[in-house]
Amino acid sequence: MTSSAHVLGSVLAAGPGFQAPGIEAFYPHPLFSFAVLGVQFEITRITLILWIATLAISWFLVATVRNPQVVPGRMQFIGESGYSLVRDGIARDVVGPRGLPFAPFLASLFFFILANNLMSIIPVAQISPMSKFAFPLVLALICWVMYIWIGIREQGVGKYFKDILFLPGVPKPMYVLVTPIEILQNFIVRPFTLAVRLFANMFAGHMLLLVFSLGATYLFTVGGLSYVFGAVSFLMAIVMTFFELLVIFLQAYVFTVLMGTYLNGSIEAEH
Amino acid sequence: MNILAATENPLIPPLGEIIIGLIAFAVVFVVFAKLVAPRFEQVFRARREAIEGGIERAEAMQTEAREALERYRAQLAEARTEAAQIRDQARAEGQQILEELRTQAQEESARIVARGEEQLASARQQVVNELRGQIGALAVDLAGRIVGESLADDARRRGTVDRFLDQLEGMAVGTPDGRGGGVPVSEGNR
Repeated sequence: MTSSAHVLGSVLAAGPGFQAPGIEAFYPHPLFSFAVLGVQFEITRITLILWIATLAISWFLVATVRNPQVVPGRMQFIGESGYSLVRDGIARDVVGPRGLPFAPFLASLFFFILANNLMSIIPVAQISPMSKFAFPLVLALICWVMYIWIGIREQGVGKYFKDILFLPGVPKPMYVLVTPIEILQNFIVRPFTLAVRLFANMFAGHMLLLVFSLGATYLFTVGGLSYVFGAVSFLMAIVMTFFELLVIFLQAYVFTVLMGTYLNGSIEAEH
Repeated sequence: MNILAATENPLIPPLGEIIIGLIAFAVVFVVFAKLVAPRFEQVFRARREAIEGGIERAEAMQTEAREALERYRAQLAEARTEAAQIRDQARAEGQQILEELRTQAQEESARIVARGEEQLASARQQVVNELRGQIGALAVDLAGRIVGESLADDARRRGTVDRFLDQLEGMAVGTPDGRGGGVPVSEGNR
């Protein structure tokens, strides 16, 4: 491994050098920009990809229920499986018996994230809007507002905040330690981790794919022994694409499940 | 581009992107909540009803079959009792007919017997009447021979003969109940 690294190093040193992709990959030039009420809007490739994903998933979901049958067709079966996964697996089993009204929200969360994540491996697009922190942050903030609001609605303002500040069943002296942790966890860490987990996964995934595919392209142009490394790099790019596919589904599901557990904590007093 | 990147922190997003993201998610949420989820729920409900409806139909059929069986059994029992009744009635009727026939036969035989008796009686009367003349002549003849006297007076002779025959008749009728025995004695005494 070390010898091959040396060879790769010498190969890279021979040419003008491999420019590793950096953070600028996530800041494409705006196609156009405008300002509304002093807020600057920059329409970039990524914004377009976001809208393509949004409209595509909306169209797909509507298409699956265009002609709903008791015995589902193939399209309906795909949409139904996704919705059942969230409705039964998360809204009913994670949130609880009173969780079914949240099924549409959780399912749209799941499908929205899934569609946007999928853009990271769809040719031409090949970047997920979720690798821009703004979009996961929006979803996390919506979730944050929602689970606090539901907690207040279900338990009442007093009880909801009292239970967070003074966790029931904890010895009194421990509140010195537990209360700051609970406040931090419920109001800051939860939405932040929710957003960062999704963002970082898609960001890192995109970087990995960029490094391997750009590396392969570069190595194929250098010539000589580097063709071998170029092939390895190309193969890794493909393997990583499959890995990315796994991450795409996993992160969409994890985000929704975590929101489900937060909602469960808000609806059921004991947590 | 590098200068731009250096100034950007990936964890500090511009407000414009946040608003765009909000709108995009709102679109998906509205479409899903208004158009997709209700129809999926409708499908789930229809499916559940189809399954439950099938079970209900099967149960209904079972109860119907059970009722039919009970009805059939009841009818069978009814038919059995009815048959028994008819049998009893027939037996009674047969008995009655037999009884009637028997009485009829008895009446018939009684009538036949009565007619026979009547015939017998008339025949006997005829015989008696016939005999009366012959016995009279015979007796007179016999008496005339035994006594040896000729009874010239016809009228007297007839009276004697008649008296004698009456006596004889009375004896013949009276004999069975013992009274006949007394008549000749009284005759003898007289």
